[in-house]
Amino acid sequence: MASTFQLEVVTPDRKFFEDEVSMVTVRTTEGDVGILKEHMPMVAPLDIGVIKIKQKGKTVMATCAGGFVSVDEDKTTIITDAAEWPEEIDIARAEAAAKRAEERINHGDAKEIDVVRAQIALNKALNRLRVAKDDD
Amino acid sequence: MAGMGMRDIKRKIRSINNTKQITKAMELVSTAKLKRARDRLGSTRPYFETVKNTVQDIFRNSKDLRHEYLTQREVKKSLYIVITADRGLCGGYNINAIKKAQENIEDKEKAIFITIGQKARDFFTKRGYEVAESFIHISEKPEYKHAVNIGKMALELYAKEEVDEVNLIYTKFESTISQVPKLIKLLPIAKEEKKEENTEFKYVSYEPSPEEVLDYLIPKYIESTIFGALIESSASEQAARRIAMENATDNAEDMIDDLTLSFNQARQAAITQEITEIVGGAEALK
Repeated sequence: MASTFQLEVVTPDRKFFEDEVSMVTVRTTEGDVGILKEHMPMVAPLDIGVIKIKQKGKTVMATCAGGFVSVDEDKTTIITDAAEWPEEIDIARAEAAAKRAEERINHGDAKEIDVVRAQIALNKALNRLRVAKDDD
Repeated sequence: MAGMGMRDIKRKIRSINNTKQITKAMELVSTAKLKRARDRLGSTRPYFETVKNTVQDIFRNSKDLRHEYLTQREVKKSLYIVITADRGLCGGYNINAIKKAQENIEDKEKAIFITIGQKARDFFTKRGYEVAESFIHISEKPEYKHAVNIGKMALELYAKEEVDEVNLIYTKFESTISQVPKLIKLLPIAKEEKKEENTEFKYVSYEPSPEEVLDYLIPKYIESTIFGALIESSASEQAARRIAMENATDNAEDMIDDLTLSFNQARQAAITQEITEIVGGAEALK
Protein backbone atom coordinates (compact mmCIF):
# COMPACT_ATOMS: atom_id res chain seq x y z
CA MET A 1 0.00 0.00 0.00
CA ALA A 2 2.56 2.45 -1.03
CA SER A 3 0.27 4.50 -3.22
CA THR A 4 -1.05 7.02 -0.77
CA PHE A 5 -2.09 10.62 -1.16
CA GLN A 6 -2.72 13.55 1.12
CA LEU A 7 -6.26 13.99 2.39
CA GLU A 8 -7.53 16.98 4.29
CA VAL A 9 -11.01 17.36 5.78
CA VAL A 10 -11.89 20.80 7.12
CA THR A 11 -15.01 22.08 8.87
CA PRO A 12 -15.74 25.65 9.98
CA ASP A 13 -14.58 25.02 13.52
CA ARG A 14 -11.64 22.68 13.17
CA LYS A 15 -9.30 20.76 10.94
CA PHE A 16 -11.06 17.42 11.06
CA PHE A 17 -8.51 15.17 9.39
CA GLU A 18 -5.14 15.54 7.73
CA ASP A 19 -2.98 12.58 6.75
CA GLU A 20 -1.77 10.25 4.03
CA VAL A 21 -4.49 7.82 2.99
CA SER A 22 -4.81 5.13 0.35
CA MET A 23 -8.42 5.66 -0.59
CA VAL A 24 -11.37 7.84 0.30
CA THR A 25 -15.01 7.38 -0.65
CA VAL A 26 -17.43 10.29 -0.55
CA ARG A 27 -21.03 10.77 -1.57
CA THR A 28 -21.39 13.53 -4.12
CA THR A 29 -24.71 14.82 -5.35
CA GLU A 30 -24.25 12.53 -8.34
CA GLY A 31 -23.47 9.40 -6.33
CA ASP A 32 -20.65 7.75 -4.45
CA VAL A 33 -17.15 8.44 -5.70
CA GLY A 34 -14.06 6.55 -4.67
CA ILE A 35 -10.83 8.49 -4.94
CA LEU A 36 -7.48 6.78 -5.29
CA LYS A 37 -4.06 8.23 -5.88
CA GLU A 38 -3.70 10.14 -9.15
CA HIS A 39 -7.37 10.67 -9.63
CA MET A 40 -8.03 13.34 -12.22
CA PRO A 41 -8.61 16.86 -10.83
CA MET A 42 -12.25 17.21 -9.93
CA VAL A 43 -14.56 19.45 -7.95
CA ALA A 44 -17.97 18.21 -6.84
CA PRO A 45 -20.55 19.16 -4.22
CA LEU A 46 -21.23 16.56 -1.54
CA ASP A 47 -24.53 15.23 -0.33
CA ILE A 48 -25.28 14.23 3.24
CA GLY A 49 -23.49 10.94 3.61
CA VAL A 50 -20.51 9.04 4.88
CA ILE A 51 -16.83 9.65 4.31
CA LYS A 52 -14.94 6.36 4.22
CA ILE A 53 -11.23 6.69 4.69
CA LYS A 54 -8.94 3.74 3.98
CA GLN A 55 -5.59 4.05 5.66
CA LYS A 56 -2.99 1.32 6.16
CA GLY A 57 -5.52 -1.40 5.34
CA LYS A 58 -8.06 -0.15 7.86
CA THR A 59 -11.24 1.71 7.04
CA VAL A 60 -12.62 4.46 9.22
CA MET A 61 -15.91 6.22 8.74
CA ALA A 62 -17.14 9.70 9.50
CA THR A 63 -20.37 11.55 8.87
CA CYS A 64 -20.50 14.43 6.48
CA ALA A 65 -23.29 16.98 6.43
CA GLY A 66 -22.80 18.22 2.89
CA GLY A 67 -20.03 20.30 1.46
CA PHE A 68 -17.72 19.80 -1.46
CA VAL A 69 -14.68 17.85 -2.47
CA SER A 70 -11.78 19.19 -4.45
CA VAL A 71 -9.37 16.66 -5.92
CA ASP A 72 -6.02 17.93 -7.02
CA GLU A 73 -3.01 16.06 -8.39
CA ASP A 74 -1.26 15.67 -5.07
CA LYS A 75 -3.95 16.44 -2.58
CA THR A 76 -7.64 15.96 -1.92
CA THR A 77 -9.58 18.43 0.16
CA ILE A 78 -13.03 17.85 1.60
CA ILE A 79 -14.78 20.93 2.88
CA THR A 80 -17.90 20.26 4.89
CA ASP A 81 -20.25 22.08 7.23
CA ALA A 82 -19.93 19.36 9.86
CA ALA A 83 -18.10 16.07 10.22
CA GLU A 84 -18.05 13.63 13.11
CA TRP A 85 -16.32 10.41 14.02
CA PRO A 86 -18.67 7.59 15.11
CA GLU A 87 -17.61 7.92 18.75
CA GLU A 88 -18.46 11.61 18.78
CA ILE A 89 -22.07 11.14 17.77
CA ASP A 90 -24.66 11.74 20.42
CA ILE A 91 -27.09 8.92 19.58
CA ALA A 92 -29.86 10.15 21.86
CA ARG A 93 -29.72 13.58 20.30
CA ALA A 94 -29.73 12.22 16.76
CA GLU A 95 -32.70 9.98 17.58
CA ALA A 96 -34.60 12.92 19.05
CA ALA A 97 -33.81 14.99 15.97
CA ALA A 98 -35.00 12.23 13.66
CA LYS A 99 -38.25 11.88 15.59
CA ARG A 100 -38.84 15.61 15.59
CA ALA A 101 -38.22 15.84 11.87
CA GLU A 102 -40.53 12.92 11.14
CA GLU A 103 -43.32 14.53 13.14
CA ARG A 104 -42.88 17.73 11.23
CA ILE A 105 -43.04 15.98 7.87
CA ASN A 106 -46.15 14.02 8.81
CA HIS A 107 -47.82 17.10 10.17
CA GLY A 108 -50.37 18.00 7.51
CA ASP A 109 -50.41 21.77 7.35
CA ALA A 110 -46.68 22.44 7.37
CA LYS A 111 -45.36 24.81 4.73
CA GLU A 112 -43.35 23.39 1.89
CA ILE A 113 -40.11 24.99 3.05
CA ASP A 114 -40.54 23.49 6.51
CA VAL A 115 -40.98 20.04 5.03
CA VAL A 116 -37.83 20.45 2.95
CA ARG A 117 -35.93 21.59 6.02
CA ALA A 118 -37.29 18.75 8.10
CA GLN A 119 -36.28 16.29 5.43
CA ILE A 120 -32.72 17.60 5.47
CA ALA A 121 -32.68 17.35 9.26
CA LEU A 122 -34.05 13.82 9.08
CA ASN A 123 -31.39 12.80 6.57
CA LYS A 124 -28.64 14.21 8.73
CA ALA A 125 -29.96 12.46 11.83
CA LEU A 126 -30.41 9.11 10.09
CA ASN A 127 -26.95 9.39 8.58
CA ARG A 128 -25.47 9.97 12.03
CA LEU A 129 -27.35 7.02 13.47
CA ARG A 130 -26.22 4.79 10.63
CA VAL A 131 -22.57 5.63 11.19
CA ALA A 132 -22.80 5.42 14.97
CA LYS A 133 -24.49 2.02 14.98
CA ASP A 134 -22.25 0.56 12.33
CA ASP A 135 -19.34 1.15 14.60
CA ASP A 136 -20.55 -1.21 17.34
CA MET B 1 -2.86 70.82 42.06
CA ALA B 2 -2.80 74.21 43.60
CA GLY B 3 -5.87 75.39 45.39
CA MET B 4 -6.88 71.92 46.45
CA GLY B 5 -7.07 71.07 50.08
CA MET B 6 -5.79 67.84 51.50
CA ARG B 7 -9.21 66.39 51.79
CA ASP B 8 -10.04 67.14 48.15
CA ILE B 9 -6.87 65.44 46.99
CA LYS B 10 -7.58 62.41 49.10
CA ARG B 11 -11.06 62.11 47.67
CA LYS B 12 -9.72 62.38 44.15
CA ILE B 13 -7.13 59.67 44.77
CA ARG B 14 -9.81 57.37 46.06
CA SER B 15 -12.04 57.92 43.05
CA ILE B 16 -9.20 57.32 40.60
CA ASN B 17 -8.28 54.21 42.48
CA ASN B 18 -11.82 52.93 42.01
CA THR B 19 -11.65 53.56 38.28
CA LYS B 20 -8.30 51.84 38.15
CA GLN B 21 -9.70 48.74 39.75
CA ILE B 22 -12.44 48.59 37.14
CA THR B 23 -10.12 49.06 34.20
CA LYS B 24 -7.74 46.51 35.62
CA ALA B 25 -10.55 43.98 35.93
CA MET B 26 -11.70 44.68 32.39
CA GLU B 27 -8.17 44.23 31.18
CA LEU B 28 -7.97 40.81 32.78
CA VAL B 29 -11.35 39.81 31.35
CA SER B 30 -10.39 40.78 27.83
CA THR B 31 -7.04 39.05 28.17
CA ALA B 32 -8.87 35.81 28.90
CA LYS B 33 -11.37 36.42 26.10
CA LEU B 34 -8.61 37.32 23.70
CA LYS B 35 -6.93 34.01 24.32
CA ARG B 36 -10.13 32.15 23.50
CA ALA B 37 -10.76 34.27 20.43
CA ARG B 38 -7.24 33.60 19.17
CA ASP B 39 -7.65 29.87 19.65
CA ARG B 40 -10.81 30.01 17.58
CA LEU B 41 -9.09 32.05 14.96
CA GLY B 42 -6.42 29.39 14.71
CA SER B 43 -8.92 26.60 14.28
CA THR B 44 -11.13 28.37 11.74
CA ARG B 45 -8.44 29.84 9.51
CA PRO B 46 -7.75 26.56 7.65
CA TYR B 47 -11.39 26.32 6.55
CA PHE B 48 -11.57 29.92 5.50
CA GLU B 49 -8.31 29.68 3.55
CA THR B 50 -9.20 26.37 1.88
CA VAL B 51 -12.56 27.57 0.62
CA LYS B 52 -11.00 30.75 -0.67
CA ASN B 53 -8.18 28.96 -2.44
CA THR B 54 -10.50 26.41 -4.03
CA VAL B 55 -12.83 29.08 -5.35
CA GLN B 56 -9.94 31.11 -6.71
CA ASP B 57 -8.48 27.99 -8.32
CA ILE B 58 -11.71 27.32 -10.14
CA PHE B 59 -11.84 30.84 -11.48
CA ARG B 60 -8.27 30.67 -12.63
CA ASN B 61 -8.64 27.36 -14.37
CA SER B 62 -11.82 28.05 -16.22
CA LYS B 63 -11.79 31.23 -18.20
CA ASP B 64 -15.18 31.13 -19.83
CA LEU B 65 -17.42 30.67 -16.82
CA ARG B 66 -20.67 32.54 -16.96
CA HIS B 67 -22.46 33.20 -13.76
CA GLU B 68 -24.61 36.01 -12.44
CA TYR B 69 -22.31 36.48 -9.46
CA LEU B 70 -19.28 36.96 -11.66
CA THR B 71 -20.50 39.56 -14.11
CA GLN B 72 -19.96 43.20 -13.36
CA ARG B 73 -23.01 45.42 -13.35
CA GLU B 74 -23.28 49.15 -13.37
CA VAL B 75 -23.16 50.13 -9.73
CA LYS B 76 -26.32 51.93 -8.76
CA LYS B 77 -26.38 50.85 -5.16
CA SER B 78 -23.76 49.26 -2.95
CA LEU B 79 -24.25 47.08 0.06
CA TYR B 80 -21.84 47.43 2.93
CA ILE B 81 -21.57 44.81 5.64
CA VAL B 82 -19.89 46.48 8.59
CA ILE B 83 -18.63 44.48 11.54
CA THR B 84 -18.11 46.27 14.86
CA ALA B 85 -18.52 45.49 18.54
CA ASP B 86 -21.59 45.81 20.74
CA ARG B 87 -19.74 47.77 23.36
CA GLY B 88 -17.27 50.59 23.50
CA LEU B 89 -14.21 51.05 25.69
CA CYS B 90 -11.98 49.46 23.11
CA GLY B 91 -10.00 52.37 21.80
CA GLY B 92 -10.37 53.14 18.12
CA TYR B 93 -11.63 49.70 17.16
CA ASN B 94 -15.23 50.62 16.34
CA ILE B 95 -14.62 54.02 14.86
CA ASN B 96 -11.80 52.76 12.64
CA ALA B 97 -14.05 50.19 11.01
CA ILE B 98 -16.83 52.74 10.57
CA LYS B 99 -14.41 55.26 9.08
CA LYS B 100 -13.18 52.65 6.65
CA ALA B 101 -16.74 52.23 5.43
CA GLN B 102 -17.35 55.95 5.19
CA GLU B 103 -14.21 56.52 3.17
CA ASN B 104 -15.63 54.35 0.44
CA ILE B 105 -19.02 55.93 0.29
CA GLU B 106 -19.30 58.79 -2.11
CA ASP B 107 -23.03 59.21 -2.12
CA LYS B 108 -25.13 58.55 0.94
CA GLU B 109 -28.13 57.64 -1.19
CA LYS B 110 -26.25 54.90 -2.98
CA ALA B 111 -25.25 53.01 0.12
CA ILE B 112 -27.20 50.43 2.04
CA PHE B 113 -25.98 48.67 5.15
CA ILE B 114 -26.05 45.42 7.02
CA THR B 115 -24.56 46.17 10.41
CA ILE B 116 -23.14 43.76 12.91
CA GLY B 117 -22.76 45.09 16.42
CA GLN B 118 -24.58 47.83 18.26
CA LYS B 119 -21.98 50.48 17.54
CA ALA B 120 -22.29 50.30 13.76
CA ARG B 121 -26.08 50.14 13.96
CA ASP B 122 -26.30 53.22 16.16
CA PHE B 123 -23.84 55.14 14.08
CA PHE B 124 -25.48 54.55 10.72
CA THR B 125 -29.11 54.79 11.79
CA LYS B 126 -28.45 58.04 13.65
CA ARG B 127 -26.93 59.60 10.58
CA GLY B 128 -29.80 58.62 8.35
CA TYR B 129 -28.15 55.90 6.32
CA GLU B 130 -30.28 53.11 4.96
CA VAL B 131 -29.82 50.06 7.15
CA ALA B 132 -31.31 46.90 5.69
CA GLU B 133 -30.71 44.72 8.70
CA SER B 134 -28.71 44.81 11.88
CA PHE B 135 -27.40 41.96 13.91
CA ILE B 136 -26.47 42.55 17.52
CA HIS B 137 -24.99 40.44 20.29
CA ILE B 138 -23.19 38.15 17.89
CA SER B 139 -19.88 39.90 17.46
CA GLU B 140 -18.34 38.50 20.60
CA LYS B 141 -19.10 34.85 19.92
CA PRO B 142 -19.83 34.51 16.24
CA GLU B 143 -21.14 31.19 15.02
CA TYR B 144 -21.27 29.76 11.56
CA LYS B 145 -25.05 30.01 11.35
CA HIS B 146 -24.84 33.78 11.85
CA ALA B 147 -22.56 34.02 8.87
CA VAL B 148 -25.00 31.86 6.88
CA ASN B 149 -27.85 34.25 7.68
CA ILE B 150 -25.88 37.33 6.75
CA GLY B 151 -24.61 35.71 3.57
CA LYS B 152 -28.09 34.64 2.53
CA MET B 153 -29.40 38.13 2.99
CA ALA B 154 -26.60 39.68 0.96
CA LEU B 155 -27.07 37.17 -1.85
CA GLU B 156 -30.80 37.78 -1.90
CA LEU B 157 -30.39 41.53 -2.20
CA TYR B 158 -27.85 40.99 -4.94
CA ALA B 159 -30.01 38.51 -6.85
CA LYS B 160 -32.99 40.86 -6.73
CA GLU B 161 -30.71 43.57 -8.13
CA GLU B 162 -31.42 45.81 -5.19
CA VAL B 163 -27.70 46.19 -4.83
CA ASP B 164 -25.03 45.85 -7.49
CA GLU B 165 -22.03 45.18 -5.34
CA VAL B 166 -21.39 43.84 -1.87
CA ASN B 167 -18.54 45.01 0.32
CA LEU B 168 -17.45 43.64 3.64
CA ILE B 169 -15.68 45.73 6.26
CA TYR B 170 -13.98 43.98 9.13
CA THR B 171 -10.93 44.35 11.32
CA LYS B 172 -8.08 42.01 10.58
CA PHE B 173 -6.22 40.66 13.54
CA GLU B 174 -2.56 41.14 12.70
CA SER B 175 -1.18 40.79 16.19
CA THR B 176 -2.14 41.67 19.75
CA ILE B 177 -0.95 45.22 19.22
CA SER B 178 -2.06 45.80 15.67
CA GLN B 179 -5.50 45.46 14.16
CA VAL B 180 -6.20 46.82 10.73
CA PRO B 181 -9.64 47.63 9.30
CA LYS B 182 -10.08 46.02 5.89
CA LEU B 183 -12.56 46.21 3.08
CA ILE B 184 -13.11 43.30 0.73
CA LYS B 185 -15.42 43.08 -2.20
CA LEU B 186 -17.60 40.01 -1.96
CA LEU B 187 -19.75 40.42 -5.04
CA PRO B 188 -19.29 40.41 -7.94
CA ILE B 189 -16.42 38.10 -7.19
CA ALA B 190 -13.14 39.63 -8.13
CA LYS B 191 -10.43 37.43 -9.48
CA GLU B 192 -7.24 37.67 -7.56
CA GLU B 193 -4.65 38.54 -10.12
CA LYS B 194 -1.71 36.29 -9.71
CA LYS B 195 1.30 36.04 -11.95
CA GLU B 196 0.12 33.87 -14.78
CA GLU B 197 3.59 32.84 -15.92
CA ASN B 198 3.92 29.40 -14.46
CA THR B 199 0.27 28.47 -14.26
CA GLU B 200 -0.48 26.09 -17.02
CA PHE B 201 -3.98 25.21 -17.99
CA LYS B 202 -5.22 22.28 -15.97
CA TYR B 203 -8.15 20.24 -16.97
CA VAL B 204 -10.45 19.92 -14.00
CA SER B 205 -13.73 18.10 -14.18
CA TYR B 206 -16.68 19.65 -12.47
CA GLU B 207 -19.43 17.27 -11.50
CA PRO B 208 -22.20 17.67 -12.55
CA SER B 209 -21.31 20.94 -14.32
CA PRO B 210 -19.18 24.03 -13.64
CA GLU B 211 -22.29 26.17 -13.25
CA GLU B 212 -23.83 23.87 -10.68
CA VAL B 213 -20.61 23.64 -8.75
CA LEU B 214 -20.45 27.42 -8.71
CA ASP B 215 -24.08 27.64 -7.62
CA TYR B 216 -23.05 25.71 -4.58
CA LEU B 217 -19.61 27.18 -4.08
CA ILE B 218 -20.33 30.89 -4.30
CA PRO B 219 -22.75 31.04 -1.34
CA LYS B 220 -20.27 28.87 0.56
CA TYR B 221 -17.49 31.25 -0.34
CA ILE B 222 -19.49 34.27 0.82
CA GLU B 223 -20.51 32.55 4.05
CA SER B 224 -17.05 31.40 4.91
CA THR B 225 -15.57 34.81 4.13
CA ILE B 226 -18.11 36.47 6.40
CA PHE B 227 -17.49 33.88 9.07
CA GLY B 228 -13.75 34.39 8.84
CA ALA B 229 -14.27 38.14 9.07
CA LEU B 230 -16.49 37.77 12.14
CA ILE B 231 -13.90 35.67 13.90
CA GLU B 232 -11.08 38.03 12.97
CA SER B 233 -13.11 40.98 14.19
CA SER B 234 -13.96 39.38 17.51
CA ALA B 235 -10.29 38.68 18.18
CA SER B 236 -9.43 42.24 17.16
CA GLU B 237 -12.10 43.63 19.46
CA GLN B 238 -10.69 41.84 22.48
CA ALA B 239 -7.14 42.81 21.60
CA ALA B 240 -8.14 46.46 21.14
CA ARG B 241 -10.02 46.47 24.43
CA ARG B 242 -7.15 44.90 26.27
CA ILE B 243 -4.75 47.55 25.01
CA ALA B 244 -7.20 50.36 25.78
CA MET B 245 -7.76 49.08 29.30
CA GLU B 246 -4.06 48.56 29.88
CA ASN B 247 -3.45 52.18 28.91
CA ALA B 248 -6.27 53.36 31.13
CA THR B 249 -4.83 51.46 34.08
CA ASP B 250 -1.38 52.90 33.43
CA ASN B 251 -2.81 56.41 33.21
CA ALA B 252 -4.70 55.95 36.46
CA GLU B 253 -1.50 54.83 38.15
CA ASP B 254 0.34 57.91 36.85
CA MET B 255 -2.41 60.18 38.10
CA ILE B 256 -2.40 58.52 41.52
CA ASP B 257 1.37 59.02 41.74
CA ASP B 258 1.04 62.71 40.87
CA LEU B 259 -1.78 63.21 43.32
CA THR B 260 0.03 61.40 46.11
CA LEU B 261 2.96 63.73 45.58
CA SER B 262 0.81 66.84 45.79
CA PHE B 263 -0.99 65.34 48.77
CA ASN B 264 2.30 64.91 50.62
CA GLN B 265 3.39 68.41 49.64
CA ALA B 266 0.15 69.82 50.94
CA ARG B 267 0.49 67.84 54.15
CA GLN B 268 4.03 69.08 54.68
CA ALA B 269 3.03 72.64 53.92
CA ALA B 270 0.28 72.39 56.52
CA ILE B 271 2.70 71.08 59.18
CA THR B 272 5.25 73.75 58.37
CA GLN B 273 2.63 76.40 58.58
CA GLU B 274 1.43 75.10 61.92
CA ILE B 275 4.97 75.14 63.35
CA THR B 276 5.52 78.65 62.04
CA GLU B 277 2.31 79.76 63.70
CA ILE B 278 3.27 78.18 67.05
CA VAL B 279 6.78 79.63 66.91
CA GLY B 280 5.32 82.99 65.92
CA GLY B 281 2.84 82.86 68.82
CA ALA B 282 5.57 81.92 71.32
CA GLU B 283 7.77 84.77 70.06
CA ALA B 284 4.95 87.25 70.52
CA LEU B 285 4.45 86.20 74.16
CA LYS B 286 8.06 86.95 75.11
